[in-house]
Amino acid sequence: MGYHWNWGIFFQLSPDGTYTYAQLLLFGAGWTLATALLAWVIALTFGTVVGVLRTSPSPWLVRLGNAYVELFRNIPLLVQMFLWYFVLPEVVPEAIGDWLKQLHNASFYNAVACLGLYTSARVAEQVKAGILSLRSGQRMAGLAIGLTLPQTYRYVLLPMAFRIILPPLTSEFLNIIKNSAVALTIGLVELTAAARSMSEFSFQVFEAFTGATLIYIVINIVVVNGMQWFERRIAVPGLISMGPPAAAH
Amino acid sequence: MSSMITIDSVSKWYGKTQVLNKCSAEVARGEVVVVCGPSGSGKSTLIKCVNGLEPFQEGKIVVEGVSVGDPGTDLPKLRARIGMVFQNFELFPHLSVIRNLSLPQIKVLGRDEATAVKNGMRLLDRVGLSAHAAKFPGQLSGGQQQRVAIARALAMDPIAMLFDEPTSALDPEMIKEVLDVMVALAKDGMTMIVVTHEMGFARQVANRVVFMDKGEIVEDAPTADFFEKPHSERAQQFLSKILQH
Amino acid sequence: MFSNLDLDVIWRSLPYLFFDGMRFTIILTLLATAGGIVIGTLLAMLRLARVPGLSLVAGGYVNLIRSMPLVLVIFWFFFLVPYIGQWITGSDRPIQVGAFYSALVTFTLFEAAYFCEIMRAGIQSISRGQEQAAQALGMSYVTTMGYIILPQAFRNMVPVLLTQTIILFQDTSLVYVISVTDFLGAASKIAQRDGRLVEMYLFAAIVYFTISLLASHAVRRLQHRIAIIR
Repeated sequence: MGYHWNWGIFFQLSPDGTYTYAQLLLFGAGWTLATALLAWVIALTFGTVVGVLRTSPSPWLVRLGNAYVELFRNIPLLVQMFLWYFVLPEVVPEAIGDWLKQLHNASFYNAVACLGLYTSARVAEQVKAGILSLRSGQRMAGLAIGLTLPQTYRYVLLPMAFRIILPPLTSEFLNIIKNSAVALTIGLVELTAAARSMSEFSFQVFEAFTGATLIYIVINIVVVNGMQWFERRIAVPGLISMGPPAAAH
Repeated sequence: MSSMITIDSVSKWYGKTQVLNKCSAEVARGEVVVVCGPSGSGKSTLIKCVNGLEPFQEGKIVVEGVSVGDPGTDLPKLRARIGMVFQNFELFPHLSVIRNLSLPQIKVLGRDEATAVKNGMRLLDRVGLSAHAAKFPGQLSGGQQQRVAIARALAMDPIAMLFDEPTSALDPEMIKEVLDVMVALAKDGMTMIVVTHEMGFARQVANRVVFMDKGEIVEDAPTADFFEKPHSERAQQFLSKILQH
Repeated sequence: MFSNLDLDVIWRSLPYLFFDGMRFTIILTLLATAGGIVIGTLLAMLRLARVPGLSLVAGGYVNLIRSMPLVLVIFWFFFLVPYIGQWITGSDRPIQVGAFYSALVTFTLFEAAYFCEIMRAGIQSISRGQEQAAQALGMSYVTTMGYIILPQAFRNMVPVLLTQTIILFQDTSLVYVISVTDFLGAASKIAQRDGRLVEMYLFAAIVYFTISLLASHAVRRLQHRIAIIR
């Protein structure tokens, strides 16, 4: 076939002499997970707030929430990355811009911020859908016993809404892990970047990408099983948790 | 009279649950048989075994010499000869009424478009709905849809017709128009197996009544005998409950 | 801050951006959508088939693709397509396909996995009674699927399919990683050649935003009209 196989490549040292290729891939996976987890925290926080805003009684807050979601959903993720990495330092006041440009691990912070806000828009959609799927009587019952609206959200609506949207939220978390690969364009050496550089240095392209693929599959399996375990643990007895169908990527 | 449809010791399980238990019955040409019984008695399941929509594990069903359970049987060919009418009508919502009637004739019987449409219109006329040929099922009432469904089944020139609770999903005021079509069909000599709760229909045209309970055929008697002196206690209980209203 | 924006660079490069870049993006989007829906529907039918082998293979493919980042899939096919070409044509060395065809194969096969899940949901949403009614009339599997089930499933899923197409439109920007000149690639080239990153990337963002926003609003209006007809 013209391609020379060498599965032992994983145990060989990379050109810089200190680590094996296998270790390089694992470091890449580490960056992938670190980026994904931090971005997920941002996504959940902002996403919940915006999702709640979109179900609030104030039409202005709803419009604000909708605008937020439309902004992040209609621009490709890669373009958003470029905006964060290349454009942001130029359009902020010079002092901040200079600080941003010399930031160590700039690509990591940019990737986290970009992914976090991008995904928060999708989380907001899920949160809104989850809250709206609850019977309207739930909100009224909360208010009727004297809870304020924020308290009603906190103690009555959100706990049930989150259980309902756990399946699509799991999809979003898996999406964040996959989308972290886009950050290789701004220099983040996450898993796909590590595989690409391994393939370029060793010429064992097939082995490199297979290694990365296997690691992504393992991460997938762990996350899916972990979420299922979590879902069972927090399930409300007597209620079948029915979420909307899993979102397309 | 030779039997057209023979059901011989048919048993069926869904997983571990037995839903049919050694059911046996015969239907002769031109006979109208009503199958009744409480919910879950297996009557719908049994009737769907006759045209192979539901598989069965034990026993035999023979329709005009063709064994339904035989792996070598050409099921589509058999099904084309047996008409079926469903509780939920199951017209094809994306096709017009006339296309509902003509498409199966074209695709299954190989008739050309003109013949299929002509035949379809003739049958729509027979059930009183030729004015609605160009409409879509969603634009018709339940009773109208079910009459179209009967016409669709008749368009295939079947040797027998199976009815699975044809009026159970209809509002009361529409039941009569469907039953009238079925009575006319019976009087024309069609062989029919009808799963229904409509005892008035049974008394009017059925030759025999089969009573099922918990997957078994409990009683199988000529109509008059069934209503006047039912043998089994379960049949008696059922009749007393159902004839009260 | 915005004082030294050179808007002229955008104006000057419009022909290149749209006739070269955007044209590529749109062609790739349309071809990958068409191919993806066809292959995706076939995959959905395989997954729902009662033959266990077929269902496993189709399911395995879909699950594999859906667990990988698109960037990784792009690299995979960029590497694999020459070898596949060699295998298909029986030549003695890998066939140089060029980045465009590699991207086309990639996106079609990638989106097929996602369209498969959409069509599978669509097919399963058609009541079993429809399938039984068609079978009761003696229709074969092919006739039942082709005339009764798939037309209804497709109609039901049109809004979701269109939304997926909009997502695909945005995803095509990732051909950047194999240096293909789509709309973003064109903007990027100008940006680097003229040193005008802010203007070009902001412009690219605005264009993508506008097209996606208009398209998704159109889909939502379509959804309302379908809902009324039902």
